[in-house]
Amino acid sequence: MTSSFPEEVLEHVLSFLTSQTDRNAVSLVCKTWYETDRWCRNRIFVGNCYAVNPRILIRRFPDVKSIELKGKPHFADFNLVPEGWGGYVYPWVVELARAYPSLEEIRLKRMVVTDESLEMVAKSFNNFKVLVLSSCEGFSTDGLAAIAANCRNLRVLDLRECEVEDLSGHWLSHFPDSFTSLESLNMACLVSEVSFSALERLVARSPNLKTLKLNRTVPLEKLSTLLKRAPQLVDFGTGAYSAEFRPDVYSSLAGVFSACKNLKSLSGFWDVTPAYLPVINNVCSQLTSLNLSYATTQSPDLTKIVSQCCNLQRLVVLDYIEDTGLNTVSLSCKDLRELVVFPSDPFIGDVDVQLTEHGLVAVSEGCSKLHSILYFCRQMSNSALIQISKNCPNLTCFRLCIIEPRAPDYQTLEPLDTGFGSIVQNCQHLTRLSMSGLLTDRVFEYIGTYAKNLDMLSIAFAGDSDLGLHYVLSGCDRLRKLEIRDCPFGDKALLANASKLERMRSLWMSSCLVSFGACKLLGRKMPGLNVEVIDERENVNSIPEYAPVEKVYIYRTVSGQRFDAPDFVRIMGKDKDAVYNLS
Amino acid sequence: MDPIPSEPKPHNQDLNLKATELRLGLPGSESPERNINNNIGIKILVSGAKRGFSDTINNNNNISSGTWGFKNSSCVKDCEGSFGKNGGFLAESNNNNKNPCSAVKDSGVKASSPKHANNHPEVPAAASKAQVVGWPPIRSFRKNSMAAKNTKNEDDLNAETGSCVYVKVSMDGAPYLRKVDLKMYSSYLDLSSALEKMFSSFTLGQHGTHGSSESPLMDLLKGSEYVLTYEDKDGDLMLVGDVPWDMFTGSCKRMRIMKSSDAIGLAPRVMEKCKTRN
Repeated sequence: MTSSFPEEVLEHVLSFLTSQTDRNAVSLVCKTWYETDRWCRNRIFVGNCYAVNPRILIRRFPDVKSIELKGKPHFADFNLVPEGWGGYVYPWVVELARAYPSLEEIRLKRMVVTDESLEMVAKSFNNFKVLVLSSCEGFSTDGLAAIAANCRNLRVLDLRECEVEDLSGHWLSHFPDSFTSLESLNMACLVSEVSFSALERLVARSPNLKTLKLNRTVPLEKLSTLLKRAPQLVDFGTGAYSAEFRPDVYSSLAGVFSACKNLKSLSGFWDVTPAYLPVINNVCSQLTSLNLSYATTQSPDLTKIVSQCCNLQRLVVLDYIEDTGLNTVSLSCKDLRELVVFPSDPFIGDVDVQLTEHGLVAVSEGCSKLHSILYFCRQMSNSALIQISKNCPNLTCFRLCIIEPRAPDYQTLEPLDTGFGSIVQNCQHLTRLSMSGLLTDRVFEYIGTYAKNLDMLSIAFAGDSDLGLHYVLSGCDRLRKLEIRDCPFGDKALLANASKLERMRSLWMSSCLVSFGACKLLGRKMPGLNVEVIDERENVNSIPEYAPVEKVYIYRTVSGQRFDAPDFVRIMGKDKDAVYNLS
Repeated sequence: MDPIPSEPKPHNQDLNLKATELRLGLPGSESPERNINNNIGIKILVSGAKRGFSDTINNNNNISSGTWGFKNSSCVKDCEGSFGKNGGFLAESNNNNKNPCSAVKDSGVKASSPKHANNHPEVPAAASKAQVVGWPPIRSFRKNSMAAKNTKNEDDLNAETGSCVYVKVSMDGAPYLRKVDLKMYSSYLDLSSALEKMFSSFTLGQHGTHGSSESPLMDLLKGSEYVLTYEDKDGDLMLVGDVPWDMFTGSCKRMRIMKSSDAIGLAPRVMEKCKTRN
């Protein structure tokens, strides 16, 4: 078959396969397909930067145009991973610069990016087009200035919730006057003020600009000026949305919004002055995505807006919307696919905000296309969860955070096992689940039995014994990412399911009962895993083997142990001097 | 939904490996013996840095009866002896073991009585809730955005929401920096002992047994080798400790343990700052 089937044809066929999963499957069919795939695959996704190394990547894929890398584990978002853990992009950039001078796109998530790295990116790739940094840190506005000054063909500069050392707003002025290719600019996470005239000129000379997300320092009064320059915008994020009410400012803003016929997505709205919200009334029916999660205004104002968004697919909002507002959503937003509700004051014990499980149930009832939920609330019941599972059998992502750890069903005071059990039983397409509330080993039994498509599971303050962990590791066939904190899970379940860990991307366990000895054993017996014990205690070397570690992060790798770890990270069970290269 | 028959789970029984059907462990390995105590109430209250677990537990922290039960869980041998005391899970002072719970900021009052918080705005809302590291799971960007919004309302008594304010702490010569949540400390003393624990490994390397081994960082600071400074909202470099604590937490953007030789001339700024604030 291989001799009668020209490779060019195969290559052409494979070019239609863009998903990484498909490409990976293709490469396993036979040697010819492996070779064909490696020569023509130019979009690469590395889910864990330590699972592989640049050398291996470059050897396998000779022609790469786009690369996506992820660094720190997800719980780093919640300050559970100490500073200095790792995830440095610089060594990657050095090798990529050497091997792929025509690289066009770099996407990074939870990595440490230095100004040096950004400068190298700016100077090494002539045709560089896309830079997306999500939850990254380690760089300053100087690095951004280097990108702005040197990347003549840049199309996308997207900074999503990064920690940037904001030295000044001058970086924006480094885009040369001849630079006109910008399509997407997201600077919402930056703190300092950019020169407004430089920003205005940039927007004016970027006819392809589709996405513009401003930072807080751009005042409301100046928005009309900008929007007048870019009526073609599809995705717009305002700056601080507060000002004294003035009718002329209001009508000017309403006018420019009405002129944005392609506008589909709005965000920003920091410090919102409610009187200015209705300027977007005329575009509400166009919107498919609305992020009001920084709009600290009360339910009536929010409700008035969402009631007009009949085509909304994605809504991100604070709990100020309350149950009444969500009820309106369930009646008005029939096309809703994704709902996110953040808490306005997560650390206060009792609040006046009337957001309960009723709001979520209402949306699940009214919005049949709902498939993704992230919901923070203060009370939940099994009956509500069961109802939601029946209303939304097509749920793919369900993340529920009941703010008080180990909170039971507030009506019956029972654990929420049956509620979550119902979710996994009725929602067969569920790929992501985060649980909270009072949960026993039973819920894990349900998960292990029913959640066969589960890809990622997050657990906190749950379970009674190792059985819970054992159910999950032995039952969830498709599980790739498991993150656990403050659960009484220990060595037994971990060691019994050691081989499962090689079929997963990673396992995180912090404040559990996994011992040093077990970690060492696992690391020694499983050369394909890095078992990282992250422990910042002073006298950690004198802690006995059977004592529990603070945190352990286990991931499969073909790259062997890493050598950039700080002293509070120990790669267990590996001979420090040996390099295990399994590639 | 049909209830799934659960496996017979031995309550009040030793989860000894031989007894349960989960005969676990890799071939050839012996899992360590575990002694189980049931219905253990555990509430560990730690204020300060993660590094200082055992030390801070030994200080006078309130230990209330546990609300976070670890039923039927395997526990560490060493801590067994402590179970008798107060019914709580305590680490002995000579016991290097740390408990498996995450750091919790004690507020003294259980969460069941937070209703007062709303009716009495002068009571700081944070007092009604114990704070756990990384819980609820909200990203720093959002937390800091909401905190920034709250600090604008200086006249609003409810502005003290108890949200986290993470600042970076770097030390000249140290390979990496730390992040601390200023809201977790109530005074400069609190903060400095926490920093001491965090950075002691760096200073030990440099100065060995210089001064008393109890607090090598404090010795260094007293010995004028290093000073603790911070950068405030206006971008100015200030000495830590010169302004009132509340003013400090409201204006500190990041901290730096720097060599004394680099910190000349910081003190005079304090008077200006206090004047402009008042």
